[in-house]
Amino acid sequence: MATTGQPVEPKAKDAYTAAQAAQDASAKHDTRSFKIWRGQSGKGEFVEYKQDVVEGMVVLDAVHEIQATQANDLAVRWNCKAGKCGSCSAEINGMPKLMCMTRLSELDAQKPVTIEPMRAFPHMKDLVTDVSWNFEVKKKIQKFTPRKPDAPDGTWRMQQVDADRVQEFRKCIECFLCQDVCHVLRDHEKHNDFIGPRFLVYTAALEMHPLDTGDRIPELRKEFGIGYCNITKCCTKVCPEHITITDNAIIPLKERVVDEFFDPLGKLVKIFSRRKKE
Amino acid sequence: MTEYQTFEHDVLVIGAGGAGLRAAIEAAASGVSVGLVCKSLLGKAHTVMAEGGMAAAMGYVDDRDNWRVHFADTMRGGQYLNNWRMAEIHAKEAPDRVKELEGWGALFDRTADGRILQRNFGGHRYPRLAHVGDRTGLELIRTLQDEGVHRGIDVHMEVTVLTLLKDGDRVCGAFAYDRERGRFRLFKAKAVVLATGGIGRAFKITSNSWEYSGDGHSLAYHAGAALMDMEFVQFHPTGMVWPPSVRGILVTEGVRGEGGILKNRDGKRFMFENIPDNYKAQTADTPEEGWKYTQGDKNSRRPPELLTRDHVARMIVSEVKAGRGSPHGGVFLDIAWIKEKIPNSEEHIKRKLPSMYHQFMQLAGIDITKEPMEIGPTTHYVMGGIRVDGDSQMSTVPGLFAAGECAAGLHGANRLGGNSLSDLIVFGKRAGEYAAKFAKEHGAAKVDMGQVDKAANDALAPFSRPAGGEGPYQVQEALQETMQDNVGIVRAEGEMQNALKMIAVLKERASKAPVSGNREYNPGWHTALDLNNLLTVSQAVAMCALARKESRGGHFRDDYPDKSAEFAAFNHVVQKGANGEMELSRAPIPPMPDHLKAVIEEMK
Repeated sequence: MATTGQPVEPKAKDAYTAAQAAQDASAKHDTRSFKIWRGQSGKGEFVEYKQDVVEGMVVLDAVHEIQATQANDLAVRWNCKAGKCGSCSAEINGMPKLMCMTRLSELDAQKPVTIEPMRAFPHMKDLVTDVSWNFEVKKKIQKFTPRKPDAPDGTWRMQQVDADRVQEFRKCIECFLCQDVCHVLRDHEKHNDFIGPRFLVYTAALEMHPLDTGDRIPELRKEFGIGYCNITKCCTKVCPEHITITDNAIIPLKERVVDEFFDPLGKLVKIFSRRKKE
Repeated sequence: MTEYQTFEHDVLVIGAGGAGLRAAIEAAASGVSVGLVCKSLLGKAHTVMAEGGMAAAMGYVDDRDNWRVHFADTMRGGQYLNNWRMAEIHAKEAPDRVKELEGWGALFDRTADGRILQRNFGGHRYPRLAHVGDRTGLELIRTLQDEGVHRGIDVHMEVTVLTLLKDGDRVCGAFAYDRERGRFRLFKAKAVVLATGGIGRAFKITSNSWEYSGDGHSLAYHAGAALMDMEFVQFHPTGMVWPPSVRGILVTEGVRGEGGILKNRDGKRFMFENIPDNYKAQTADTPEEGWKYTQGDKNSRRPPELLTRDHVARMIVSEVKAGRGSPHGGVFLDIAWIKEKIPNSEEHIKRKLPSMYHQFMQLAGIDITKEPMEIGPTTHYVMGGIRVDGDSQMSTVPGLFAAGECAAGLHGANRLGGNSLSDLIVFGKRAGEYAAKFAKEHGAAKVDMGQVDKAANDALAPFSRPAGGEGPYQVQEALQETMQDNVGIVRAEGEMQNALKMIAVLKERASKAPVSGNREYNPGWHTALDLNNLLTVSQAVAMCALARKESRGGHFRDDYPDKSAEFAAFNHVVQKGANGEMELSRAPIPPMPDHLKAVIEEMK
């Protein structure tokens, strides 16, 4: 095998590769302007880049092109580029979005596209933030505890209709855009007192799981701070998975908290029914 | 003197997708201390991309299914190059691994009687895939992640391993860096599990993320372990083709499982035209029979769209080559047509394939409930990997284990859809179990500081190269084009020799590529480091592919279009030779025991 840089014959493209290449050649090009936040540990500034872009590109494609050709050390977190891993969260023209699912054609072509890191978390470098707080919060939530299996072979029986509402919550890709937009975290920085929409959805998925036997209502009221949420629904609006966070997760949880702690009539009924049983 | 932080674990798991997490959970359950290294954040690994489901012969939808059928299907799909012991273990243990997930909170789609629903997939005789719509991988990783955080596993996020450390023959840890600060970390461990996934980033058109740079393959190879079957790369038949920036993004096989059909530009359903002999008896004669099969009719046979991935991908390429492709260089995949068959088809499609609906709407402006998709093959999976013992998953290096995509054996020459997620949980568990056992039976080994210093120097070298000239991204792109054009879906002698020459040139170019900026979260630097792994695995793929002078499974050669009995008898193995060069050898396939032979015969 050759070990030095001797010339290599370029391969004549076969019909299939040629068909793909022809697509690249026929796609429309344009030059767009991008203002990207550059800097480290909170200090930084917008740097403007002009970049050739191709029809159909998403914001993450443009960031990658800039990274490959103009700024090799531009820090950006990404993985799947298909809206499934929730890594490339950022604020695009001021809106919390996934860079991989935001097409350039959706954004005003006359103005530069601004791309900033999420603001609710400590800044690390360029577009990357320290989201470790979220992983710590999750550890505090009581784990899934199933009821005894329904069948002798150790399995359970559930109806699809009961699975449906929890499956909606389990679509969450943990992009943390809901945390980013939530004013309790973003503006009031209540990270110590409030777990945020993502973990209210997570708690709802556990509480409403057809098999779960745990009770997380006391924590929700106290250390999880569900009372801080005043249902402005910003989280629901930015969710890339279109989870109805506020209506389907948070409000029902709030109702459960109210039922358990603040409903005098309900309490009486509970006490009464308990007495009857005795 | 190299600066680093030191961490000690009994078992170090490298990779935090399905296999790594499952291994970590199992090792922790057996009472040893476990460290889990993730290249990205926890829960973001490539497993989230898996869509269709996990194969397990539970027989909930069709009670004719059992491990024997699953075993035979897997061997047939792999063209009998599989490690039959792994195929047997996989088929037998997958049902328990899937049921166990339910006890950890996974919420699969249900049958009418409340059990786990199973769907049809290519090459599986009966509906076998447990699934959650088309986001089964996310369900798997989240379930394991949430279970794992309560098991006392130490998680090291955004950490990349640079090299494995050895004490004599045995592995004794790993040397790594963290992305955030670019600082080095020394991991001392009694056993190491590699679960790093695949090599898709070696190709231009791929469904894989940046992480898939063959790290585990390369780490194991440089530590002296044997790699096997590296010529077998799976090109998934259905990736997006338009617009250019989304080319390669996966379109789940579930679309075809739910009744989706492939058509060329003339509207012809071309898959009926060429059905391989060993699948003729299992394939539908008419479109109507195929449709009935997808709707659960037990007396019907599968439509030809659900033949194995290697075959479907080649059929698509030949349609395009013949000038019968779709406008953007692929063919049509149509699920919208089922409106002729069922009422409320739009709602049905959105419920069964929500991510696909969303993905095409958002990225291509196509409503898949109303119009066909355009698709073409995309690099998806590598069947080859680290050679392991079928029972314990230990590699040829003592104390070094491998599971999931980076291990070889289960899938042979071609993997069946749905056998990957089940692979992760079956062999992830086994790797964790046997790694913990190894750690208990062996004391701590001694770390050689010479190895640490060398790894640190190599890692920092790109910073001291003269600036200007070609950067790491450009070398990576050149490698991806080389592999795509010369070692792709259809291969030939001259092109592969070309590729090997080009890889040697690219090694030179990579060794000169400078990086700018500092060590903190510097993707240019990481790309430069990943290049070494990509070049190693690319060379292994090209060498094995060149040597296999036949066509089988995922490996198809223009110049040797048929299967050869000679090549049916062995696997290709590559290993680092004494002089540091890659050496290729043939490892004869051990004879299959009679009880498994009988199963194959019975299922023919």
